[in-house]
Amino acid sequence: MAAVAPPRSVGHDGLVITQTHADVTRDVVGTLSPPTRGYVLLLLGAVSLFLIGIVTFLVLVKDGLGHAGYQPPIFWSVYITTFVFWVGIGHAGTLISAILFLFRSPWRTAVYRSTEAMTVFAVMTAGLFPIIHIGRQWIFYWLLPYPNSRFLWPNFKSPLIWDVFAISTYLTVSTTFLVFGLIPDVAAVRDKASGWRKKVYELASVGWRGTDNQWRHYSRAYLYLAALATPLVLSVHSVVSWDFAVSILPGWHGTIFAPYFVAGAIYSGIGMVLTLIIPLRRALRIEHMITAYHFDNLAKLTLLTGSILFYAYGMEYFVAWYSSNIFEQTTFYRRAFGPYWWAGWTMIICNAFVSQLLWFRKIRTNLTSLFVISIFINIGMWFERYVIIVSSLSNDYVPWAWDQLNPTWADWGILAGSFGWFGMWFLLFAKNFPIVAIQEIKEMIPMPRKRGGHH
Amino acid sequence: MAVRKTARGARRKPGVLASFVHVDAAADAIRALRARGIKGLVVYSAAPNHEIEEALDHRVSPVRLITLIGGLTGCAAGFGMTLWMSYDWPVLVGGKPIGSVPPYVVIAFELTILLGALSTVAAVALFSILMGRRGVPYDPKFSDDTIGVFVPATQDLARQVEQMMHSAGAVEVRYEGA
Repeated sequence: MAAVAPPRSVGHDGLVITQTHADVTRDVVGTLSPPTRGYVLLLLGAVSLFLIGIVTFLVLVKDGLGHAGYQPPIFWSVYITTFVFWVGIGHAGTLISAILFLFRSPWRTAVYRSTEAMTVFAVMTAGLFPIIHIGRQWIFYWLLPYPNSRFLWPNFKSPLIWDVFAISTYLTVSTTFLVFGLIPDVAAVRDKASGWRKKVYELASVGWRGTDNQWRHYSRAYLYLAALATPLVLSVHSVVSWDFAVSILPGWHGTIFAPYFVAGAIYSGIGMVLTLIIPLRRALRIEHMITAYHFDNLAKLTLLTGSILFYAYGMEYFVAWYSSNIFEQTTFYRRAFGPYWWAGWTMIICNAFVSQLLWFRKIRTNLTSLFVISIFINIGMWFERYVIIVSSLSNDYVPWAWDQLNPTWADWGILAGSFGWFGMWFLLFAKNFPIVAIQEIKEMIPMPRKRGGHH
Repeated sequence: MAVRKTARGARRKPGVLASFVHVDAAADAIRALRARGIKGLVVYSAAPNHEIEEALDHRVSPVRLITLIGGLTGCAAGFGMTLWMSYDWPVLVGGKPIGSVPPYVVIAFELTILLGALSTVAAVALFSILMGRRGVPYDPKFSDDTIGVFVPATQDLARQVEQMMHSAGAVEVRYEGA
């Protein structure tokens, strides 16, 4: 596969066009300048969507989940679909920030901060959905293991409790990783800021000065955090997949589910990364930092994970046929030709087929086509979860109980609200914190030497 | 004489603060100072640098030990909590043993990661911020494109240190009094 040459520069790995450390500070601090009209409009759009979600949620609290179409046999529908969708989105961030860090993959440097922020806000969004879904939100803490008046403890053999631990850990560790990585960069912004902003960044930089002693502990700690986050990211979506796979429902209890879900999560996450950073780099005028080289690499990751998904979809159908299990076969037949055929084919076309376009270098480096493909990926991956959850629940072992569910206004309202909530946090982050990692880019640019050459 | 204090209220340390734009010059200066037996150097840089690290020759950070202790504590807490709670109020679920270790591996794994990560960050806060040296002069350009070397020195020694810094290639050298 032809690769795009890295941009010409002075860096060890030829990644950064900006030539000196001072240029990096200036360009990244420049992204924190007063917002443009376009940014304000985007933010207002996100807040408006979020308000739609809030109003819908209040109606659900008042009247109950009936508005969301909950009735036998479908009690997991759009909210759990969207929960899995947002958890999955987060995975690309951790892949890029932690796994590629351990692999010493240099191209991650320019994009990892934005993907890490995406991870935290996506998992924050996902975390709202189980609470919305349970109906009586005011007693959500029953999920936690605390001494209660009935002397009962949670059932630790249930995947739903595993999920509580997995998602809480993922949110905490991702947030820690993001904040930890931000500290030296916030200190750099502090030293360029003035007035009340300087005071805020002074507080946020927690006394960071970049001393040899601080770097000695920091560098080690960052390595260990990456090493801890790597198995975590693989475990989280595996645990989410076991919410389904540990049950005995046709279409759900497959041993392929954990790797299939992890590949899908990374695929969807990179799709969202592309959707976010293609316009963002332009809006923040950092096109020279996030270049065609980075997009080419992101597109290759998309192609890899999309191909794994293609294989997984094929294997699911093969196993259903090969199992001679009539329930399994019926479920998969109905996914392709039953009442949810439109959702099934949307998922297959958007995920398995559209990703194959990325074999072509011209498509991988054309930002318009990449952006369009990323939208297809977002749609396809939401539908994947919808198909898995709703089609299996609607056609289980007892045909007289079969029923269909079509999303209601309350489903769309909460879904729109989740995009608003996510977008709002991401936009606020991008304008107030360095969206490109100053310190890591500087680490890749050799400092001047009085004797010339490299160390 | 009034004692000057830093913004964080720590007593200001007297010494020589030198700025370098060339990394090899800074490394030369550090090696020369260490060869003279001068201790307590503080080196500022905008990003970690291997040449500076080699010149300073620090021991490996003890953060790894804290990470290990945190991770093991999380693992033990995960198994301990799940098993104790299972036997504290035994409920038969799906015909499985009351204390089923395989499903509890998930909880123990998550808590291993959680406490391992949190203790790592706590260790950095402890070693580099709470136990870090205070009152050492700083210049905002050290977070930009300049390497700073602070040498604790009384006024008598300062002249000698300033000379060493200049000959190593410092672009700016100044004495910071107490």
